[in-house]
Amino acid sequence: MIYDVVILGGGPAGLAAAVEAKNDGAENVLILERDRELGGILNQCIHNGFGLHTFNEELTGPEYAERYIQKVKDLGIPYMLNTMVLDLHDNGNLKAIHVINEENGYMIIETKAVVLTMGCRERTSGAIGIPGYRPSGVFTAGTAQRFINMEGYMVGKEVVILGSGDIGLIMARRMTLEGAHVQAVCELMPYSNGLVRNIVQCLDDYDIPLKLSTTITFIHGKDRIEGVTIAKVDEKLKVIPGTEEYIPCDTLLLSVGLIPENEITRNAGVVMDNRTNGAIVGELRQTSMPGVFACGNVVHVHDLVDFVSEEAVLAGKGAAKYIKGDLDTNVTFTTTNGDGIGYVVPQQVSMKNVEEKVTFYMRVRQVFKDKVVNAYIGDQLIATKKEKKLLPAEMVNFKIAKDVLAQYPAGEIRFVVEEAK
Amino acid sequence: MYDIAIIGAGIAGSYIARELTRYKLDIVLLDGENDVGNQITMANSAIVHAGFDAPSYKLKGKFNAVGNLMYDKVCEDLDVPFKRCGSLVVAHDEYEMATIHELYQNGLKNGVPGLRVLFKEEVHAMEPNISEDICGALYAPTAGIVSPFELCVHVAENAVDNGVTLKLNHMVSDIKKHDTHFEITTNSGTIEAKYVINAAGLFADDIYEMVGDPYFKLLARKGNYFIFDKEAGSLVNNVIFPCPSKKGKGILVAPTAHGNLLIGPDAEPVYKGDISTTTERLDYIKENALKNCPSLPFNKIIRSYAGLRNTPVKDTFTTTDGDFIIEESPVKGFINVAGYESPGLTSIPAVAHFVVEEIVKPMFPAIEENHSYNPKVRKHLRFDEMTAEEKVAIIKENPKYGKVICRCETITEGEIIDVIHRSAGARTVKSVKKRCRAGMGRCQGGFCSPRVVEILARELNVPLDEIMYDQQDSTFILSGQTKSVKEEA
Repeated sequence: MIYDVVILGGGPAGLAAAVEAKNDGAENVLILERDRELGGILNQCIHNGFGLHTFNEELTGPEYAERYIQKVKDLGIPYMLNTMVLDLHDNGNLKAIHVINEENGYMIIETKAVVLTMGCRERTSGAIGIPGYRPSGVFTAGTAQRFINMEGYMVGKEVVILGSGDIGLIMARRMTLEGAHVQAVCELMPYSNGLVRNIVQCLDDYDIPLKLSTTITFIHGKDRIEGVTIAKVDEKLKVIPGTEEYIPCDTLLLSVGLIPENEITRNAGVVMDNRTNGAIVGELRQTSMPGVFACGNVVHVHDLVDFVSEEAVLAGKGAAKYIKGDLDTNVTFTTTNGDGIGYVVPQQVSMKNVEEKVTFYMRVRQVFKDKVVNAYIGDQLIATKKEKKLLPAEMVNFKIAKDVLAQYPAGEIRFVVEEAK
Repeated sequence: MYDIAIIGAGIAGSYIARELTRYKLDIVLLDGENDVGNQITMANSAIVHAGFDAPSYKLKGKFNAVGNLMYDKVCEDLDVPFKRCGSLVVAHDEYEMATIHELYQNGLKNGVPGLRVLFKEEVHAMEPNISEDICGALYAPTAGIVSPFELCVHVAENAVDNGVTLKLNHMVSDIKKHDTHFEITTNSGTIEAKYVINAAGLFADDIYEMVGDPYFKLLARKGNYFIFDKEAGSLVNNVIFPCPSKKGKGILVAPTAHGNLLIGPDAEPVYKGDISTTTERLDYIKENALKNCPSLPFNKIIRSYAGLRNTPVKDTFTTTDGDFIIEESPVKGFINVAGYESPGLTSIPAVAHFVVEEIVKPMFPAIEENHSYNPKVRKHLRFDEMTAEEKVAIIKENPKYGKVICRCETITEGEIIDVIHRSAGARTVKSVKKRCRAGMGRCQGGFCSPRVVEILARELNVPLDEIMYDQQDSTFILSGQTKSVKEEA
């Protein structure tokens, strides 16, 4: 059998893309999930705060996932669990997906369209190269979260957290509620990498100090971790000698960044963007490979699941359009990141596929106060987005109406941070 | 009473144990750690050296090239990843070229086959990513890369399959020499053996001092390393050495047997337990590796670590230019295999043969061959390296091979269960990682470690929080159940 759309990953992006593709007329949709249940990382996010944008209510991660899982079930979309994708091959009109699982063995699944929704992984202590020993008791925050919330086991009692990413902040509170003592969250940058609400609700409310411009310079303990040396860093992020301080601990959690999981994407030959570490995508999240779409954290790391779902709807729509032959492939605009902006998604826009507006997602490179993000085509200012405060941790969500874009025949849309006029 | 007790289950002790099973002997292999090959064997450059460095009058020169040429058969029998990738010692100026020519001549003396001195253009044709600043290189086609811990694990497994008694968690604290035998005291009981082979790595001098007057000292020299993601694995094809100096072989850049890239090591005298990395040392390695490979992608580093060498210092205690110490010691019946640093890994097949045939055999006049000796281990099925047809077949035969646990390295549950239940099987998260690479990839066990803990607990029938990361009792991963689970119970 030949599928219309196969979704690689049953997390929030994959679920929403599957639902949208099916609703838009794709008949045979299949979700492939490597874990033992649908829902992806939401399953271990038992805290609330999900769904404020999508459902106007505060849900836990599993509750948010359940809404979409229910839709998948209602629509009769089949899914395979414990199923690993080994390879994706582009055979022209059809894609061949090589997968394995225990029940069915080795399968080659053929499909007209593919949506890549593999999510992301955590940057590790190895990648950031913290000097010192390599004892047990050093976990990425997400791994600790899985042990505690999914397996029901604690990972330690005296905790230091390096990095103020959202998972680290959430875990500071979770460990505290479980009776552990979180001594500090250390952040290399002079600002937090987590959402403001998480700083307030997870650190401030529990009197957990957030030490900015601080890093770990040594991991002590040969067997189980016994402590860390922390130190202040200067503007160039170099350690300031004399500021070292020893903190005894039995656990170190790392929340130092997320990396889109694009091994399948790269091996398949999809063109990548080294700013996002994800595929270069269009307004409906089409990639450079016809019939292959990508959305969610595999494209760029989001801070709210609501925006993942929003983006997945676009990919689901795109895949459905593609199989009907309705997807326009002429690129009208490309986008680029100017001063103060780290990246922009989508990197391309085909105007014929745009309904009312295009939402451009981007991140600023540093904290800005009382500035605006301006969008230019050539030297023509086409739109402005005002924010009281622009934070690297909070994705900017910049909507530009179709009418505005339609005034220009083609070109490059450049986003820059500028003084408010 | 054992015929022979071997102290230390690193590559030297394990390999000698296996070699001894060619004869009908009662052998016990002791180690203080909870896994074989857990110290020096675990963290080194993983290179099978061609053998042009050491002078021919030294044991290092005698055994290196011979050991190297035995690797194809050894790794085939033991099913260990090994690639004869070749090595280049690159020179940046005429003085270094002079050294290259000296090495070439020395290599000829040591019997290293295929050595060639290459011009700059020839080097760049082989290695486009090597610095433009070089002027030539010594090419040794027989140099190779191996997975040292997998080699050690399979050597130990094969030794056990051929009748060796492996006793882990047996830390030797005292040895008494009696008229007919040695009495070895450990933290897990006393062991008696007629003869002792001391292959205790860094601690071989301490072990020897339990029975005899010290005549050598071992100096711990630490080396830091970086491992890069497989995406950077094809940056070089050969092992790239800088021109050696008095300080040693210098910072090398090498592919690994599994397709990663490795750079290191530096050399710093430290106390015996110090395997910590430091910023200064790691920066030093990066700086020096760049001299030969200017395009090293440091953002693709997935791990840094340090390992120790055990450099012998004999008599005067001043020179670090020591040789292997492989001999029956002044204490009769007590054999030292000490100071066993680079090229120890490469030399071991030849050294083990020498120890067994030249030292041990004369001690047993009535020694009989073991006709049931089987040099091969049961095949280690590596799912990721199989063809599509083989993958289809293995999942059909055992569905556990259809369940991927380590996403980065595509390691299946079937492989993890296998390495737990083989002889000298895995008991810890790290020992699973050593044997089948679960957790060795770019996410460094972030996704798979909870699953590996779960599989270990299930297969060994113990609670999750009894599973250790590494050392017995001291490297716990989990600190008991959560409050919510306890309350429910």
